[in-house]
Amino acid sequence: MFHWLEKHPFFFSVLVFAVVAFAGLIEIVPSFAQQSRPVIGTKPYTTLQLTGRQVYIKNGCNTCHSQLIRPFKSETDRYGHYSVSGEYAYDRPFLWGSKRTGPDLMRVGNYRTTDWHENHMKDPASVVPGSLMPKYTWLYKNVADVDTAYAEQLTVQRFFDVPYNKPLPMKDGSKETVKLAATLAGARAEALADAKLITANMKDQDVKDMVKEGKIPEIVALIAYLNSLK
Amino acid sequence: MENRFKDRPLEYDYSVTKLFMWATIVLGIVGMLVGVIIAWELAFPAVNTMFGSAIAEYTNFSRLRPLHTNAVAYGFTLSGVWASWYYIGQRVLKVSMAESKFLMFIGKAHFYIYAVAVVGVVVSLLLGYTTSKEYAELEWPMDIGIVVIWVLWGISIAGLIGIRREKAIYISIWYFIATFLAIAMLYIFNDMEIPTYFASGGIGNWFHSVSMYSGSNDAMVQWWFGHNAVAFVFTTPIIALIYYFLPKESGQAVYSYKLSLLSFWGLMFVYLWAGGHHVLYSTVPDWVQTMGSVFSIVLILPSWGSAINMLLTMKGEWQQVASSPLIKFMVLGSTFYMFSTLEGPVQAIKSVNAIAHFTDWIVGHVHDGVLGWVAFMIIAALYHMAPRVFKREIYSKSLMSTQFWIQTLGIVLYFTSMWIAGITQGMMWRAHDEFGNLAYSFIDTVTVLHPYYTLRAIGGTLYLIGFIMFAYNIFKTMSARPVEEDELVNASPMGA
Repeated sequence: MFHWLEKHPFFFSVLVFAVVAFAGLIEIVPSFAQQSRPVIGTKPYTTLQLTGRQVYIKNGCNTCHSQLIRPFKSETDRYGHYSVSGEYAYDRPFLWGSKRTGPDLMRVGNYRTTDWHENHMKDPASVVPGSLMPKYTWLYKNVADVDTAYAEQLTVQRFFDVPYNKPLPMKDGSKETVKLAATLAGARAEALADAKLITANMKDQDVKDMVKEGKIPEIVALIAYLNSLK
Repeated sequence: MENRFKDRPLEYDYSVTKLFMWATIVLGIVGMLVGVIIAWELAFPAVNTMFGSAIAEYTNFSRLRPLHTNAVAYGFTLSGVWASWYYIGQRVLKVSMAESKFLMFIGKAHFYIYAVAVVGVVVSLLLGYTTSKEYAELEWPMDIGIVVIWVLWGISIAGLIGIRREKAIYISIWYFIATFLAIAMLYIFNDMEIPTYFASGGIGNWFHSVSMYSGSNDAMVQWWFGHNAVAFVFTTPIIALIYYFLPKESGQAVYSYKLSLLSFWGLMFVYLWAGGHHVLYSTVPDWVQTMGSVFSIVLILPSWGSAINMLLTMKGEWQQVASSPLIKFMVLGSTFYMFSTLEGPVQAIKSVNAIAHFTDWIVGHVHDGVLGWVAFMIIAALYHMAPRVFKREIYSKSLMSTQFWIQTLGIVLYFTSMWIAGITQGMMWRAHDEFGNLAYSFIDTVTVLHPYYTLRAIGGTLYLIGFIMFAYNIFKTMSARPVEEDELVNASPMGA
């Protein structure tokens, strides 16, 4: 059979493809039938948080920080409850990372504050002596791209039924609704309002001034995202 | 057309091979240089702002790291593979590119569109346009470019096979076909994404897209892809190279046909299952993790099958290892392949992975594979092809030998330091004191790595120096040696 295949490259290729594709069919397709369902308390990202998530991705934070707490005592001691699949239901893309040059950030919102992030991102070694993390000074000057985050929100709402503007069950039995503005202008206004809440706890005068002028620096969006990780 | 070359030997046309050889060297230097820079950044964070704080955004570790991986995997490696394809393809199928104007056009288009895409990739990654998925960072406009390039290569493979004179296709061609098919499937499924600009009716940045999969599903598809991008960029095409170049250079026949069959079909079936070992102890289904772990162990068989087949091809001719630096590259490459394909399965065992995952040991594993096996084989391929493509002897055999030893030392420093760093950090993360509290804060497990990061950076720098020697040697070969009339059958002609 093999000698015959070697003289008939077309059938050879068909067989190679079948053998190669087999594992994917068995492993991946069944899992998609069970779409990942959000656990109670998981909310889609607000416009400002999603803007911050894009800043996180743009700056490659995931090359050094994981967002996956494994079910070991040493990890739950250090980072909190181990990760559960449903918590990632609204994560497109997933941001588990593959390398912990820095610590895991899955629940960083539980134990770090706006103030801590503001100082840390400007000069990490001044907050954590010995840190290898570069200074992310440009985040304090670059204006964040709220529009693209809003476009992403509209896209996931339209194509994947992400439940914006719908009451969602929380852990304490209450209901919460994550709003999605009907217009781009509305989304910008909401993001700016959220940004003002963040900058109320910040010191950098340039950042505060930018927000006053209606511009949101990347650092503010990023902190909004990091604070949402719980 | 059948009779055109009846009375004289085939004249192969290497114009596309030459173009891709250039790309291999240029992208090799770029990719490895970026790698060396980010290695020093980890050892000494001040290097992040060394080029000026005004452009620190574009020179810091997290922006450059994807550029490094993309430049060496899809730049250097694929260029080397394609240079070899346009050389090996003609020779084992017994047909010249010059015989078909169409295939020559496709080959040239393949190269030039690729060259344009490379520029696009570099610029877009530096600007921070990324999907964040490892080895699939490129945003959708780039993805479309990659698909075009891949289809052109596919046409070239099918076309050359279509007009072949040699009926049976040689082992190397099996592996090229497998590379083409598997990457096409993996890349398309992993990069399913929706451009948000069009989906939202023209809001925001048109470059941006959102993944069609979410959370755990996204992770599963990504590592099904990620692991097998390694399989079908760093393994199968490189096996295609060694199955051709080692027998040619040594003048020995491949040791066992049956072993080639077993390892080829075994590799095809087993490799795809193993992706699950990247997401052990995560939130993907447990049985997927277990399958990933088990099949990683099974994977030792077909991997070692190829490697042993190559090493035994040298049976009775081991003196060539001492006398020829080119054979040295290939034999050590094959050995590193064995080494790396044993190390990987060990790391895929769940209890080992609990320590190794997220640490530098994984980085070490990748690099003993790519520096020792992939890059050494591509370097060997170019050294074998250069005298035949340019019809000139290799400029300097002793320079080649020096390069070999400098790079080997670089690899050894690299992987030993990363082993120690990874296992040290993995053990420190999980250490508890006598009261059951964590023994170390996270920063303790970072500062302890400084000496190993420095050693790794030195190792990487040595490897880059060796690569620059290689570039110089090839350049001098084309420019400073007299033209030879006859082509040698086996060993590459070499100067002093």
